Amino acid sequence: MRSKTRSDHSIAQVAGNGLLDRRALLGRGVMLAGAMGAGAVGSVTGAAAEPLADGPWSLEVGDAIPPYQTPSPFEKTVVRTVDNPKNEPRNSRARTPHHLLKGIITPNGLHFTICHGGVPDIDPAQHKLVIHGMVKQPLVFTLDALERYPMVSRIGFVECGGNSAPLFSNEPIQANVQALHGLASCSEWTGVLLSTLLEEAGVDPKAKWLIAEGADSPHLSRSVPLAKAMDDAMVAMYQNGERIQPGQGYPMRLWLPGYEGNMNVKFLRRIQVTDQPALTYYEARTYSQILPNGKAYRFYFLQEVKSFISSPSPGLKLREPGIYEISGVAYAGTGRIAKVMVSADGGKSWAEAALQEPRLPKAFTRFRMPWRWDGGPAVLQSRAWDEGGNMQPTREQFVALRGQTTKPPSVLGFPSQHFNAITSWAVDGKGEVRHVYA
Amino acid sequence: MSMRKFAIGAAALAFACGAGMALAEGPNLGKPITPSDLSAWDINILPDGTNLPPGSGKAADGARIFADKCAACHGDNGKGGIAGELIGGPPKASLDGGKTIANFWPAATTLFDYIRRAMPYTQPRSLSDPEVYALTAYLLAANKLIGENDEINKTTLPKVQMPNRDNFIIRFPDRI
Repeated sequence: MRSKTRSDHSIAQVAGNGLLDRRALLGRGVMLAGAMGAGAVGSVTGAAAEPLADGPWSLEVGDAIPPYQTPSPFEKTVVRTVDNPKNEPRNSRARTPHHLLKGIITPNGLHFTICHGGVPDIDPAQHKLVIHGMVKQPLVFTLDALERYPMVSRIGFVECGGNSAPLFSNEPIQANVQALHGLASCSEWTGVLLSTLLEEAGVDPKAKWLIAEGADSPHLSRSVPLAKAMDDAMVAMYQNGERIQPGQGYPMRLWLPGYEGNMNVKFLRRIQVTDQPALTYYEARTYSQILPNGKAYRFYFLQEVKSFISSPSPGLKLREPGIYEISGVAYAGTGRIAKVMVSADGGKSWAEAALQEPRLPKAFTRFRMPWRWDGGPAVLQSRAWDEGGNMQPTREQFVALRGQTTKPPSVLGFPSQHFNAITSWAVDGKGEVRHVYA
Repeated sequence: MSMRKFAIGAAALAFACGAGMALAEGPNLGKPITPSDLSAWDINILPDGTNLPPGSGKAADGARIFADKCAACHGDNGKGGIAGELIGGPPKASLDGGKTIANFWPAATTLFDYIRRAMPYTQPRSLSDPEVYALTAYLLAANKLIGENDEINKTTLPKVQMPNRDNFIIRFPDRI
């Protein structure tokens, strides 16, 4: 085995600057693993491993098993970044550390959270969901009642409409993938289809919208087209198998697969069926996007096809030339990811990445690309296509339509929303990674 | 229609035909509630003025309430503080900032709805409806969108013409 894979020439280069055939990961993973372990390819030193010895943990009895397991203390840096730790009277956000995660499921404690009035402490026994307005019979549901309804489970992402907003900056803001893209996460959500509850209340045929409202202190409200509500909207009560976390809307949230995070009203307590949208604060002001011509978009809703590389990325240094796996997530509010292309030379040449199964609609899809870094400069990019043929735009194409700032904003700022263009990471000769526009 | 829905729907239909009664597909555990019993939560205001409550307010009263309950975050005279500016600001918003009531908000009803549901930040739902009308009048008058002595009530508020109202483009009309 080793003799066959000793040379990295056994893995075909398929695009510029060292991108390798993705099939090395899919059908012939052993071959790549062999290549990485062979020293000649994976390491500049080629030094032999040290003799083995038992660690102290192998020579003593371990700790008692806790009722609720938390990560190893060695993983203490794998946490969200919080931008309002003292709970000052303003919005609070926690961002997902994509650079430290693999796979497609975001652990519950690392799911991004935005709250506009702190995290409410809701007693599930007291919580109620009311459906009223243009219905035959206004109804109130308790959590206990909803537990008896037919439930569905579905894996899907939630992304803040303002995720990646720092990329509206006219100059690339030096920050890591958590700061730039950390307001998107993916979970398995379980709950009752909203259509089931709406049908029970009896929707007036003239109705066109619903207005969803939370039980948090701002009583956050958003208008949702009835078509979306009847299509795949869910009153979600479980996240990755356990009750939804407080930051995700405990004890229940509206989940609108593929739609702007803010519309996925948390702490859901009321749905009013109407014939018109409410023009609530968040849809009339905050989530209306200013365009270069002075107009603004309204009701953007859709999180369009997008991808970013999570590894390598800023803060993850490449220690030596050799073979690495470029990896990231791709997702689209329109459906499945069909294809992800990766470039290591700033978009001059591209190669198709391997897509890890399962490849689910409106969910994160993990992509992987084997790469031989020769120690020289590289610019890494990923570009995704959805199954409808929609293509992630370049940043240049994107800002031509959507605009950019005239001076760099705060990395915590939100110049606009719904940024879905390509992200570029530059690797320098020392293996340091930084954010660039390319 | 999904296969699951079709199967359940067909079963319900068969049962409904046999029993002479209509059934939704769930266990029907929603409890009926009367409009008066849900009135405490019935706070959505629509742009045409639907659901605006009785009462009224004027800018002078609103200015006093603002100084007392709002200026700590929004600054004296609404010039901004830990929370955003509500009065003044640039004539046009851009990606550099500056979305204001005067240059961006499309509907005056949004002011009443949002103040009543979310403000003051630390004491939401503590304002009376006339206080919310008065604050709305104050912010509209200070932004020169109505006169200083104009009364704001359920009839006058939806008629306030916001300067930026026609500058919005529906992003994906086929999704509505």
